[in-house]
Amino acid sequence: MSEKPRLTYINGRGRMESIRWLLAAAGVEFEEIFLQTREQLLKLGQDGSLMFHQLPLVEIDGMKLVQCRAILSYIAGKYNLYGKDLKERALIDMYVEGISDLMQLILMFPFSPPEAKEKNIATIAEKATERYFPVFEKVLKQHGQDFLVGNRFSWADVQLMEAILAVEEKVPSVLSGFPQLQAFKTKMSNMPTIKKFLQPGSPRKPPPDENYVATVMKIFKLD
Amino acid sequence: MAEKPKLHYTRGRGKMESIRWLLAAAGVEFEEEFIEKKEDLEKLRNDGSLLFQQVPMVEIDGMKMVQTRAILCYIAGKYNLYGKDLKERAWIDMYVEGTTDLMGMIMALPFQAADVKEKNIALITERATTRYFPVYEKALKDHGQDYLVGNKLSWADIHLLEAILMTEELKSDILSAFPLLQAFKGRMSNVPTIKKFLQPGSQRKPPLDEKSIANVRKIFSI
Repeated sequence: MSEKPRLTYINGRGRMESIRWLLAAAGVEFEEIFLQTREQLLKLGQDGSLMFHQLPLVEIDGMKLVQCRAILSYIAGKYNLYGKDLKERALIDMYVEGISDLMQLILMFPFSPPEAKEKNIATIAEKATERYFPVFEKVLKQHGQDFLVGNRFSWADVQLMEAILAVEEKVPSVLSGFPQLQAFKTKMSNMPTIKKFLQPGSPRKPPPDENYVATVMKIFKLD
Repeated sequence: MAEKPKLHYTRGRGKMESIRWLLAAAGVEFEEEFIEKKEDLEKLRNDGSLLFQQVPMVEIDGMKMVQTRAILCYIAGKYNLYGKDLKERAWIDMYVEGTTDLMGMIMALPFQAADVKEKNIALITERATTRYFPVYEKALKDHGQDYLVGNKLSWADIHLLEAILMTEELKSDILSAFPLLQAFKGRMSNVPTIKKFLQPGSQRKPPLDEKSIANVRKIFSI
């Protein structure tokens, strides 16, 4: 019997959340270790667990995987969420990379100074509604299918769903001009594994708060 | 007969250089269309050629691919430079993400103010010698093979060579504590396709000069 994947991070979304989403969407149970002190991080670095001394770390199938994209690609490949051939994989990769650029703005948002927050929300709203969401609205409209790529559930759908919800937390009306995405969001929410992940008590983490920011600054020694 | 891939970017390294390296190492001839002024970028955007309004963009196998990593993954997969199975792919992905982080730091330098740049050069040197190069030195030491993954040339090797050469441009003796990486560099430089790419007249681009930096700023409004 194979062991469950084990995730090591802090108790918050950060760069691990996309991995939690993907595992959950694939119906894979996992364990989590939450670091609370910098000493714990340094110790992991010293015992050779972290290839580049960075988190996230996911122990899976006998490997200690680091680097978000490497981890996500492995999970997607393993659980058949990466398309049926090289070309479908290319589409999924393009979509995921684009969404990841949008998510980067959200990732960095809690760490911006108070006076910049309003401007940053405006940037997130602008990028979402002018650069990223129109692309996926168009893709869904053009093929009329439920999923972004190959008429089949993939990593791209999971990533888009995560991004929609994350942006909505900052810009509640962001989907108002995107009927296809609204329908997509509803369909995704009703997929059994995702529905379960969206319920209270799941491994899904709440939006970052001051406590999270303080923990990150302390453990990763950002200044 | 398949058409050659066509690369759309400015006439400099930037995010397109790793793609040039990978295609060249794979022995794939490619064409380039250079964005010389802002109007060229605007035209690509207005044509609908750029999925997220950004370059790099590579026309390949009937697709207009964007997003550097997506393009590189496709090329690696197509030309058998991505390992033999999912686990080897994971190792290649991890190694490549490391060299990507390192090269990303170097790529940002031309656009920084002098004092910030100086501080970052010191940081890059430190990261290269304490965080990144030790990983690849150890990998080569542990298995004693010529290549990083699966005893076969892969995207990870090509990317590492590119990172080594780029870091050496910053500090020529950066590999002084890494004998296996020095040997690796020597071996890789002699792979016929790579050797050809390293010769004058190839499509490899030089580091940016002042005039080019100003032009890039203008084109991308940074």
